[in-house]
This record gives sequence, C-alpha cells and structure tokens, in this order.
Amino acid sequence: MLTIKDLQASVEDKEILKGLNLDIKPGEIHAIMGPNGAGKSTLGNVLAGREDYEVSGGSAELQGTDLLELDPEERARLGVFLAFQYPVEIPGVSNLEFLKASVDSVRAAQGKEPLDSVSFLKLAREKCKAVDLDQSFLKRGVNEGFSGGEKKRNEIMQMMLLEPKLCILDETDSGLDIDALQVVAKGVNSLRDPNRSFIVVTHYQRLLDYIVPDYVHVLANGKIVKTGGKELALELEEKGYSWLEDGADNGAQ
Amino acid sequence: MTDFHKGLLAVNPADSDLLAALNKSGRDSFLQQEIPTRKTEAWKYTSLNALTSHEEGYGRLATNFNANELATLSNIPALDAHRLVFVNGQYSSQLSSSELSSSESSANVVRFSQANSEQQKIIADNIGSAIEQDKHLFAALNNAITNDGVLVHIGKNEQLKQNIQITHISTAQKKAFTVPARILIVLETGANATVVEHFTSTGDQQNCFINAITEAKVGANARLNHYRLQLVEENSIQIGGVYVDLDRDANYDSFQLGLGAKIVRNDINVNHNVGGSHCELKGVYLPQNKQLIDFHSNMEHKVANCTTNEVFRGIMADKSKAVFNGRIHIHPDAQKTLAELSNKNLLLSNEATINTKPELEIYADDVRCAHGATIAQLDEEARFYLQSRGISAAEADVMLSFGFINELLENLELEAVRDLIRPILAKRFGRDEELMQHIG
Ligand SMILES: Nc1ncnc2c1ncn2[C@@H]1O[C@H](COP(=O)(O)OP(=O)(O)OP(=O)(O)O)[C@@H](O)[C@H]1O
Ligand SMILES: [Mg+2]
Repeated sequence: MLTIKDLQASVEDKEILKGLNLDIKPGEIHAIMGPNGAGKSTLGNVLAGREDYEVSGGSAELQGTDLLELDPEERARLGVFLAFQYPVEIPGVSNLEFLKASVDSVRAAQGKEPLDSVSFLKLAREKCKAVDLDQSFLKRGVNEGFSGGEKKRNEIMQMMLLEPKLCILDETDSGLDIDALQVVAKGVNSLRDPNRSFIVVTHYQRLLDYIVPDYVHVLANGKIVKTGGKELALELEEKGYSWLEDGADNGAQ
Repeated sequence: MTDFHKGLLAVNPADSDLLAALNKSGRDSFLQQEIPTRKTEAWKYTSLNALTSHEEGYGRLATNFNANELATLSNIPALDAHRLVFVNGQYSSQLSSSELSSSESSANVVRFSQANSEQQKIIADNIGSAIEQDKHLFAALNNAITNDGVLVHIGKNEQLKQNIQITHISTAQKKAFTVPARILIVLETGANATVVEHFTSTGDQQNCFINAITEAKVGANARLNHYRLQLVEENSIQIGGVYVDLDRDANYDSFQLGLGAKIVRNDINVNHNVGGSHCELKGVYLPQNKQLIDFHSNMEHKVANCTTNEVFRGIMADKSKAVFNGRIHIHPDAQKTLAELSNKNLLLSNEATINTKPELEIYADDVRCAHGATIAQLDEEARFYLQSRGISAAEADVMLSFGFINELLENLELEAVRDLIRPILAKRFGRDEELMQHIG
C-alpha cells in the first residue's frame, strides 16, 4: 500500500525526518510511537502534502504512485487521509457543506456522480451517529468551538465518509475520555478492510488494546529506530524510550 | 457658488412647506462647506472625482420607468414586510405593498408628502435633529434637496411585528441624475421595529447618484433593528449615511452591506445621548473590479454607561479599494463606557487596497475600549485542511472567503436577509459555477 524509502524532510531549514523507511501492506495497521518532537506529525503532514515541509530526499509511494509529486487534494482523492493532531477551526464554513464538498471531490475523482443533498444529509447523519456526535454539529462551522474530543470525532467521521485507502491517525486518542476512545476505536475497526491500511500515531498503549496493530514502530530523531509486534507497546509503556539506542539521547530535545 | 455646488443643488425644487425650513438650512450649510479634496481628512482616500467631474453634473431627477420589469428586483423573497418602493426616487404604488397590517395600531409608516397633520408635526419636530450637517457635507446636501421621504413612527411600547422594507431601485438613464432619499425613524419609549433599507438597480449602465440619509431617533428602552443593504450596480454613486440618536437604555442593532460601486460612501454616526444605551453595528463590504467603498463610522459616547460593539469585515478583489474609518469618541463624562471595534480585511489580489483606521479618542478614565484592525490573506492552515480532504485549492479559497463573511451573517436575525445575501456572496467569490457548489 505505502512504501516510504529514506524519507528526509525539513521545516524552516531544520531537519526533522532523517531517512525514514516504512513499508505497509494492504490491510495492515501500523502503530507509531515515539518521544515528543520526534517527527511523527511531520511524517503525517509530509504524506498529506503540507507545503511548509520540504522534502529533501527519499520517496513515498501509494500503490506505486509517487505521492510527493502531488497536490494535497490529489493525494486525498487517491485515498490518503490524515486525521489531524490539532484539527483547525474554520468559522463561517458549515461543517455539512465542507463534508459535502469533500465527499463530492473524492467521488468525482473516482468517476462517481455527486450525491444529492438529501442522500448526503442522510449519510452524514448516519456517520454522526456512528461517532456519537449530535446532528447539530453538522450545522456548525467546521470544528468551530468543538471541544478537543469533538474535533477528534469529527475527524473520524470524515474518515468514515471518505473511506480512504490509507488512514493516518495522528494522536486521535489524545484528550479523549474512555467512552470516546471506544467510539473512535469502533470507527476505525469498522473500516478495517483487506484493502485499507492504517498508521496510528499514539503515545498510549491503551488505544492499541482497542485497535490492535500488526506492527509497532518507534520513531525517534527522525527515523524508525525499532519495530516490533504489539507487545513492543507494552514494553515501551513500562520502560519509556531511553533504553532504545537512538531514542536515548536524541529524543525530545 | 461653484459648479460642484450648483450642479448638486439643481434638482427639482421642493414645494413642500413641511420641508422648506430644512431645505433652506441645508442649502446654507452645504454652500458654506468646501468641496472635499485629498487634503480633507475625512476624504483622504476617497476621491469625489467621478462625481464632481461628471460633465453634465448630477442634477436632474429621472422620470421614466416601467414598474412591471422591476418587480423581482424590488422583492426580498420570504421577507414579511410592509414594502415601500421607489424607482429613481419616485414612489411606485404598483411595486409597494398596501397599508401596514391593521393590528399595528400606533405605527405610522407614511411618505412625507402624504403625512397628516399629526404626522407632519412628528416630522417637523425631529427631522435633521440627529445630524450635525455642518460636519457632513452630503447630509447637508440631502437636507437641502430632499423633497419627500419616509416617516417610520412607532408609538409607545408598540412591538411592530411586520418588518418595514424600503427599497430604492435605480434604472439606466441617458443623463446623470440624483436621488435624494430620506428616511426618518422615530421610535417612542419602549417601541420595537425592524427596518430594512434596500438599494438595488437594473443591470445596465447607471448614471445615478443616490444621496440617501437615514435618521433614527430611538426612544428610551426602544429597539431599532436596522438593515442597510447596498446592492447597486458598478457605475452608480452612493453617498449618504445613517444618523442615530439613542435615548436612555435604547438599542440600535444594525447590519450594513455594501458591494461597492463607482463610489460608495457611508457615514454612520451614533450618539449615545442619555445613558445605558447599546449599539451593535455590523457590516461587510465586498468591492470588486475597480469599485470603491468607504465606511466612516463615528460612535459618540457622550454620557456614562453605554456600550458599542462594532464589527466590520471586508474582502477586496481585483483592483478594488475599500476605506474603513472607525472612530470612537468617549467624552469626559462617559465613564464606564464599554466600546469594542473590530475590522478585519481580506485582500484577494495584489492590486486591491484597503485603508483601515480605528480612531479612538478617549477623554474619560474609567472605560473599557478595545479595537483591532487586521489585513490578512486567507488562512493557510485552513486551506490545507480543506485540500487534505480532496477539495481543490481554488474551491477552498472560495469557501474560505465566503466563510469569512458568512461568519457575520450567521447571527443576523432576519433569515430572509441572509437568504438574499448568500447567493450574492456566492457569486462574488465563486465566479465559476463549479466553485460555487458548496457555499450559499
Ligand atoms: N512548522 C514548524 N516550524 C518549526 N518547527 C516545526 C514545525 N513543525 C514541526 N516543527 C518541529 O519539528 C519537530 C518535530 O515535530 P512533530 O510535530 O513532527 O513531532 P511529533 O513527533 O509529532 O511530537 P508530539 O508527540 O509532541 O506530537 C519538533 O521539534 C517541532 O518543533
Ligand atoms: Mg505530533
């Protein structure tokens, strides 16, 4: 699904990703953990196409297509989805109109007709329910005044509407209460599919009880420094990152 | 008398006894004031060239129109309103609605020329009293040349349920002409009314100069909801303003929309005269092409315990230009004043300009006053968010521009006004059908 080779990226002349490799097969869930400032969000943003990050080397391919050449919207239409760590508020733009615009664009890229407003509203309401958000959130501005947890649910709702191929969840579990955590996990699990892959960035082993990963990676100092099965998360929870060679002195600076 | 003065005064003389005194004092004041130039502070960024250099001058009143063709223009769909419609300054009974519904017993909505003696007395007692005409050239002009107008008088404690809509339509004429439009709103103690002023025009070439002045006397505990929607065509000129006197605990709640034209200039003056009054002033301006729009607001806090909340937003496209000057004047006795002013602007092109200037003059010490003026581009982070969901950069920009203005529209009380404006905005930002699908 996703093949990342020797990816290097910097922001404002500061090198953040320093030769990152990752290979994700269809249907797999990969968890990425690692100290603050290691570059986890940077990886998500680079894959989604944020302009602030300059890719200075390496490659990232989605099913053989070079992602790094594409505009963010083209990547989204191909099936890349990033659930943001800090979703932005856009007052004045209604959530429903936004969701419709998004779904219409992605459908158009797949050669599908736009949904009529009635069917779309029905669909959006269904997904609202699935993430336990009141329907009134559809009428509000995009993320406007949403609580932290509500923003995260809104991200998951978008993911459910767009049915992407590659879902990148950047700390979607942070700031969620236990019920919300289950809601999010349920959303993700409902999308599990042999043709869909996930990157789940988290600081807490707990999420991985609900979303069981195939692999756990440690990202430290701009690289994957360790890879293991789900038991690695437990080990990290217990020992922290300092025992890892590269994470020890290069972690959060 | 200069050609400028002569030209503007040369409209059909009013033969109304009721307005004779006003006309005379207006004329005297107007003649004493100089033509503003770039050196005149209040006109620094707004040139009157298009008005003063017009070969034929803007004197005569236009006459001919065909009411049938204008019906859709004059209509604000879904607005339950008692409607008065003027075409090129002349009342059209065909386009206007009949009398106010009869349950509104103590409400008078009447043209000056049709006023009975009681109504005439209200007009005579109030007209011109909220305006410092010596400081406002175009209000003085209106005083000088107005020959009719609309009185909205709401009696004590009357809660007017029906909205009042006053529409001015201008049509294409071969010769330049002036429309002196005048509204006098008088709300007695505890009265409540909503007035929607609406300026529109036919799509073709315009030669119209609209000199529209609205005066409001808002009584103790009374509330005026006022909408002023300027939707005239590119080639029009509209210069005028709103002058409001607030009595004790009065409320003035206003929304101003200007799309811009050859020249649009609005002076909005609110006087907190007695105490406890509140002014809520919101506005948006959206010039495009080579249009100009200029808002000058002036909040006079003369007494203690009054509040003002003013929010204006503008989006300038193409080679257009906007001017915003927000003055808040807090007099020495105006302790415990709470005044806030925010003006945010978005430039959509390198060639568009905005001159924004908050002007705080504070002579009392125990006040809370905040102001902010910003000029910005669209939010990159928001744009990326939309793009990351598959929305094209172009459509994202349209949605964000729309959202920037829509934020102010969301709180408008009259849904019909929102419904009128949103498609207009959508057209402004999404010039391409494709891009308009998800706004409006
Ligand atoms: N736009 C930016 N400008 C400057 N520095 C940036 C920018 N974005 C990221 N950085 C820096 O890059 C480094 C990596 O940031 P990133 O957000 O990828 O970390 P992270 O692994 O997601 O951390 P956390 O666990 O705290 O979310 C940090 O040192 C951060 O300060
Ligand atoms: Mg992060």
